[in-house]
Amino acid sequence: MHLDATARLLLELGAVLLGLGVLGRLAGRLGLSPVPLYLIAGLAFGTGGVFPVEAPQGFFSTGAEIGVILLLLMIGLEYSPEDLLDNLRTQAPVGLIDLVVNGVPGILFAMAMGWGATAAVAMFGITAISSSGIISKVLSDMGRLGNRETPAILGILVLEDLAMAVYLPIITSLAAASGGLTALWSVLIALAVLAVVLFGALRYGALVTRFVASRSNEVLLLRLLGLALLVAGLAEAAHVSAAVGAFLLGIALSADVAERIHSILEPLRDIFAAVFFVFFGLSTDPSELPAVIVPAIALAAVGVVTKYVSGWVAGRRAGVGRPGRIRAGSALVARGEFSIIIAGLVATSVTAKLAPTAAAYVLVLAVLGPLAPRFAEPLARRLAR
Amino acid sequence: MEVEEVKLPGVGLRHDFACANGRRIGVVSLKSGGRQLIVYDDKDPDAVQVAIDLDAEEATVLAELLGAPRVIERLNRLREQVDGLATSGIPLSTDSPYAGRVMGEAAIRTRTGASIVAIVRGDEVTPSPTPDFRLRPEDRVIVVGTDEGVRAAADILNPPATAS
Repeated sequence: MHLDATARLLLELGAVLLGLGVLGRLAGRLGLSPVPLYLIAGLAFGTGGVFPVEAPQGFFSTGAEIGVILLLLMIGLEYSPEDLLDNLRTQAPVGLIDLVVNGVPGILFAMAMGWGATAAVAMFGITAISSSGIISKVLSDMGRLGNRETPAILGILVLEDLAMAVYLPIITSLAAASGGLTALWSVLIALAVLAVVLFGALRYGALVTRFVASRSNEVLLLRLLGLALLVAGLAEAAHVSAAVGAFLLGIALSADVAERIHSILEPLRDIFAAVFFVFFGLSTDPSELPAVIVPAIALAAVGVVTKYVSGWVAGRRAGVGRPGRIRAGSALVARGEFSIIIAGLVATSVTAKLAPTAAAYVLVLAVLGPLAPRFAEPLARRLAR
Repeated sequence: MEVEEVKLPGVGLRHDFACANGRRIGVVSLKSGGRQLIVYDDKDPDAVQVAIDLDAEEATVLAELLGAPRVIERLNRLREQVDGLATSGIPLSTDSPYAGRVMGEAAIRTRTGASIVAIVRGDEVTPSPTPDFRLRPEDRVIVVGTDEGVRAAADILNPPATAS
């Protein structure tokens, strides 16, 4: 049956979105994060997949960009500049340990696979950064917000987000540049722009908030989205990366608007974040998976252990007992949106094997993420006796 | 009793303290406005054993229940107040000077401006009592007037014990 373009687009897009909804419900029922299911859906629907859909590719591609921007915008909204500076001051050593212990295995992995320097830097970020989205939900669902190790966990997430703000410009410049010296120059410029924008966000946050705010939800939404895309685009042009631009805009916006914006943007973010994960799956060739699945699982296993180390160190510093330190580690295991963002940024500039490896890695850890705390519970309780 | 306050970046604020019996309890205040009542595990002092989510209204109700005795009193008084009009049911104590005498002798209206609109005796209610209605101890005198008038009526019917 020959369908005209519009009909085909709507049918395929509708089918995919409906499928995502079903998967999301399934994930909720099983107590899992929907992220791995979205990834699998993307793999199934993409090039080389079970049901290749081609018509909505344009929508998914743009939607994925918007998804990243909204994801980071809302993460930035959660934090005030004081949150960031306080955590930086008090928890910096813990953050450093977390990044190094978790990121180095990624670098070693890339070097062992012979993937080159850019891929190594990318793998550092992919293995080091936990998924704030999955972890906050897990903590909340398990009623652990009041636990004494939770501030330590949240502190690590804040520091990782800060680290991302510096890391993303670096990896974006590396991915875009061709050779050694241009890459270095590009990185330096990007970091300088980052410093300027960060300063602007901290200083002129009130101005930005006043510009965006409006009594009408419609106007607020239009202004906010427009500004977010503009800022993200400018950031991207300066190789600071669209994600960081959105993150800094989120930080600049003050707390009183943040609540209102959160409720207006959340549905949009949910849709476009789902599209983002699907798109990554779409652009990843599932036929590459079998070759990389075993190394990815091995790397994931290492990734679990290294996060337990981070949690232990953070918990001990916070004065929490041994069961709490184990709980902290188990909560941090999840990888998700950040790892996929990084993999997506470098996908075209490095070996074709990196994207499937990252997909498999995130799949394993996004499934384990919500499960690890549940399994850690009996262990922790036995230690408490 | 020391209340510990801890900031939860991206989530809100946590306050908790230890009770005399050793149990630790607290409240997580979410930025979104909800509250979470938390009770810590007595075997593992770092872990929350019970976490109950309350929306803003539920949190207020719980707070009021916890501050109950004073609040119920205030609620009762509020119910009897209509825009500057106060009502009160004054129980006549056994050593009231007016127990056994007729209502007119108290001259409540003349002295305070408040009106006696009913007398409740056990299950029996006498509305609009006449001045020759004989008061008995344990009668509940329903008085309506201004705040001061009602208070003054209460003082007249049950004079506070004076130091002798």
